[in-house]
Amino acid sequence: MAVITARQLSKSYRAGSVDVPAIHGVDFSIESGAFVAFVGPSGSGKSTLLNMIGGLDKPSGGQLVVLDTDIAALDHRAAANFRGANLGFIFQDFNLIPVLTAYENIEYPLLMVQDWPADKRHARVIELLEAVGMAEQAEKRPDQLSGGQKQRVAVARALATRPKLVLADEPTANLDHDTAYRILELMKKMRDEFGTTFIFSTHDPKIMGEAEVTFTLEDGRLVNSGGKHA
Amino acid sequence: MLKAQTRRPWRAPFALFPSAKILKLAARNLARYWRRTLLTAGLIILGIVAVLLFVSVSGSFKGVIVGQITDAMIGHLQVHRKGYVASIDNLPLNLNMKPAQVEKAEQALGGMQDVVASSPRLKLGAMFSNFTETTNIRLNGVIPEREAATVPLLPERLVQGSAANGLIERGKILIPEILAKGMKLKVGDTIVLVATNLDGSVNGKTFVVQGVLGDVTGPGGRDGYIHIDDARALLRMTQPEVSEIAIRLKNPARLAQAQIGLEQALADLRNPQGMPVLEVHTWEGLSPFANIARMIDLLDLFIRVMLVGIVLIAVMNVMMMAVYERIREIGTIAAIGTPPRRILTLFIYEGLLLGLIGTLIGTVISLTIVAGLNLWPIHIKFARQVFELAPAIAVSDIVLIGAIVLVVSVLASLQPAWKAARMNPMTALRHV
Repeated sequence: MAVITARQLSKSYRAGSVDVPAIHGVDFSIESGAFVAFVGPSGSGKSTLLNMIGGLDKPSGGQLVVLDTDIAALDHRAAANFRGANLGFIFQDFNLIPVLTAYENIEYPLLMVQDWPADKRHARVIELLEAVGMAEQAEKRPDQLSGGQKQRVAVARALATRPKLVLADEPTANLDHDTAYRILELMKKMRDEFGTTFIFSTHDPKIMGEAEVTFTLEDGRLVNSGGKHA
Repeated sequence: MLKAQTRRPWRAPFALFPSAKILKLAARNLARYWRRTLLTAGLIILGIVAVLLFVSVSGSFKGVIVGQITDAMIGHLQVHRKGYVASIDNLPLNLNMKPAQVEKAEQALGGMQDVVASSPRLKLGAMFSNFTETTNIRLNGVIPEREAATVPLLPERLVQGSAANGLIERGKILIPEILAKGMKLKVGDTIVLVATNLDGSVNGKTFVVQGVLGDVTGPGGRDGYIHIDDARALLRMTQPEVSEIAIRLKNPARLAQAQIGLEQALADLRNPQGMPVLEVHTWEGLSPFANIARMIDLLDLFIRVMLVGIVLIAVMNVMMMAVYERIREIGTIAAIGTPPRRILTLFIYEGLLLGLIGTLIGTVISLTIVAGLNLWPIHIKFARQVFELAPAIAVSDIVLIGAIVLVVSVLASLQPAWKAARMNPMTALRHV
């Protein structure tokens, strides 16, 4: 069952009086539970594509359906609700909230986005802290954690609300090679454990091999796709 | 099947109020930039202290002066024959209230629950002689017990001698201090009063000085007092006329209502032209200090407006900076699905907390200073008098000023909070 379907999807940005195309009419679909990578050099359109899938940006043309929702039809508030209900995000720079501890960062979407009751919230945060191996660092703030630890917390935060889909934009770009592999292993483990679909972008050829499905982008065009779910 | 939009069910307005965790997050965000928070809270504290101290000190000053004017001289209200007040500098005997008019006024006053006491006065101007020097004096002929009940602070003004029969005995006079000093008079000395009556004939009478009254600022502050029967005898008055009736109210705050009530009660007493014969004045209409009191009220308003300005600019500035510095963070929380209204609430609560901190600390500092001012009182010289101020802060003032600060803090946070809530997460995440 496809969680994402793109048909002739395009995106262009206005630079002064000129339209600059970023994505040129791409078609793809992604199945539920897949571990997918969008790969390509910088400026190839990976982040643009992830932003559109995440409802952070709107397509200029074509159709993008994510989890049965037409992304183009969402307004500001509806897009926020859609993301809060269905998606998890992992960022290149971790983007943890600096004044909150690891525990509180994971708790944040449960409290501020989905209003979970306190007891369930606590149980879920503990479950995730243990799942990502950060139980010992629960009370530490981001500035007391290493890059790999921060990204583990970010993975746990992305999974907190049990999203159907997690989007990770260059999640390993700021990590050393070993840590990057461990984060991808963690993401895969989480996929296996929770059945969540993971989509990440990367320009690192060594990392892209970890994906079960890869879509290669060049200058906003899908030039190659491979894997059983593609 | 495609879902065009994902909407959440309607939420009750109370859902906008954050849990303790969100308040904690707002507090931590304020603590993150603690120097800026401290500076802004300091400005709010300064504003609150300035307002509360001004309100308490000016209120105390006003209270002392007004209290003296109403409780030692004028009373809260006065009834006169129409036109008397306009010519009061001449103390016109031809504009005295006739016995029938006095009786009507007394009946009206007797039926008013707001009135505690009233005192008929016969005012006159006289020549005052100590047998070697002569000068002028304004006199009040009064019924001692009723005068003391109407202006209870009058006996306390005695700096020499003592009150008798509540205030003054027949054949005796209370003279102002300035006159006693100028004419070297003391208690027990004999003086002569010479007055011209309505017919133009002159009459003189000797009096013994019973007491010397300390001078006070305001109308009647340097008047002498004699018994009303002595005043009538001096003027060879054939019927018991009075110049005015001074009135004391139970609750001075009901001044306007009492004035209206009395005017209505006296309205049927009319002259042949159909105009009311008697008129009712409040102390505010009779004392020039009322204008100073109004100026104090205006300054009070002005300083409150300044407080609003200080809080508005300080909180808005700090919240705008907070939004600008946390654009990526806002982008993150928006991207992970935080509803815009929650982001709005978070920033509004940061502003509100800032106002609350400033209000609490400012109020505590103000109360401490006011307590200090009561332990070590300050003295203010006004005209020829020195007043000891006893400032106090009313709970209503604290509540009102606190409410103003909190409301303004929320208003000042609205624009930055709105900006944060409406921020495009993608643009915000790209912000460097």
